[in-house]
Amino acid sequence: MTRLISIKLIEDTARELMARAAIDIPADYREGVRQARDREQNRIARFVLTEMDRNWDIATAERRPMCADTGLPRYYVRAGNEALVEGGFVALERALRRATADATAAIPLRPNRVHPLTRVDHDNNVGVHAPEVTYAFEPGGDWLDITTVHKGGLFGSDYRMLFPADGVAGIKRFFVDTLVQFGKRGLACQPAIVGLGIGGSKDTCVRLGKEAACLRAVGSRNPDPAIAALEDELTALGNYIGIGAMGFAGTSLVVATHVEVAFSHTGGMPVGLHSFCLSSRRATARIHPDGRVEFRADPMWFTDYYRREGVE
Amino acid sequence: MIERLDDVRMDEVRLTTPVADADLARLKLGDVVYLDGALYTARESVYRRVVDESVDLPASVRALTNVNFHCSPAATVRPDGTYAVEAVTATASFRFGKSMSRWFERSGAKVIVGKAGLTELAYREWFMPHGAVYLTTVGYGLGAAYGRCIKRVLDVHWLELGIAQALWVLEVEKLGPFLVEGDRQGRSLFALANREINLRLDEVYRGLAPFSMGRFGETTSRKDEVV
Repeated sequence: MTRLISIKLIEDTARELMARAAIDIPADYREGVRQARDREQNRIARFVLTEMDRNWDIATAERRPMCADTGLPRYYVRAGNEALVEGGFVALERALRRATADATAAIPLRPNRVHPLTRVDHDNNVGVHAPEVTYAFEPGGDWLDITTVHKGGLFGSDYRMLFPADGVAGIKRFFVDTLVQFGKRGLACQPAIVGLGIGGSKDTCVRLGKEAACLRAVGSRNPDPAIAALEDELTALGNYIGIGAMGFAGTSLVVATHVEVAFSHTGGMPVGLHSFCLSSRRATARIHPDGRVEFRADPMWFTDYYRREGVE
Repeated sequence: MIERLDDVRMDEVRLTTPVADADLARLKLGDVVYLDGALYTARESVYRRVVDESVDLPASVRALTNVNFHCSPAATVRPDGTYAVEAVTATASFRFGKSMSRWFERSGAKVIVGKAGLTELAYREWFMPHGAVYLTTVGYGLGAAYGRCIKRVLDVHWLELGIAQALWVLEVEKLGPFLVEGDRQGRSLFALANREINLRLDEVYRGLAPFSMGRFGETTSRKDEVV
């Protein structure tokens, strides 16, 4: 007897996730910012981080969005291989779109999504390819994981095609370039979780960089020791640049660096970088077919299966 | 005289709108400012209307306040026609640069509140002739902290531009903190910071060779700004 995951439960959960993401700062990131503040010697940058901490308290206590810029709300869905959704995945997508529109009015969130040319706004954060839904799968589960991310940032992201001869020094140069460009004046809304996607095709490295920034908790490390060492090195380099919160001279630029890799063209080494900002908004829930819903802080997006390398 | 970030005193100042000329003249870079009274949001679509299409700012708005917030609120129109505004945060102001001079002429604004400021060149050319100052929001992203200082929505104009782009007139109480970023002498707090940051950049880039393949771009100096 197969059991279906209730479509109503999916929609209700998605609406709740939208609110939690918009209002409650993830504890792992908040702790990282507190540490950055404690290290920060610049008085103005420290003042900024103290005010941010107060803002997160107000948001949670009064159930207000932490930031008025909703960013672009989107979803990451992981289905266990045995998961069955009532009405199928088309019903799931419809539920996520309804939840987005409902949450936009109910919380309220700023309706950010507009047609890129006409600038028409449906005032509900829904439109063509909006919200984006990204899928992944996992062996041996009958559950559904749904994560929503409200990713701000017209600034702080970049892409570049590097070549094998550029090596790790080239990756560092690209990393520093991006942080200097967007760290001044605090355009990147730092201190940020910096996600770096290396390899794959152009779109793969950009996608991985975003997922590394938004879907890994602060404190997590890439399981490859060499990549984990690169993460530490980049974080130290980023905070050595001399730019703090809001672009005041200081050290609070990078809370953590997350690096993810994909196999790339033998002649190339594309890189994509994303900054998850002072309003790092994400929330995750696992929905079981028996009706249980487990909310959690860590999206746990990068599983061993997701990073698989060989032929099975 | 403020020459370096360390000279900034971060004195707390409360301003009442419409802000008097003498109060603006007293502001020093890095002062921590709170606003009482009324202000209005105006960003791309409102600027296009007022600056490019020469539509007048509603007279009641101009009469009420001289403070323009580069932002749009997390707001909604309730079924009964009233408004809920729970959070406000600014949008980056550099993009309005070339409109600012005509904006000041047509709006009568003297205080711009926004994100990340403009260049000293922009302040000297477009702000100083109008006696205007720039206050930057803090964070960025004090959406909830600022949102709770909004006492009520006084009016909304041009809602057909969309909730995010409409002109919202807000009554506020001790709305802040903001930092004085552009003063009446056309000086910028961020410019002070950038000069200090640039001192170390050569050292940061040491050992990081140029890329195998270059890119077209507007600048190759790491000490330039991109705004």
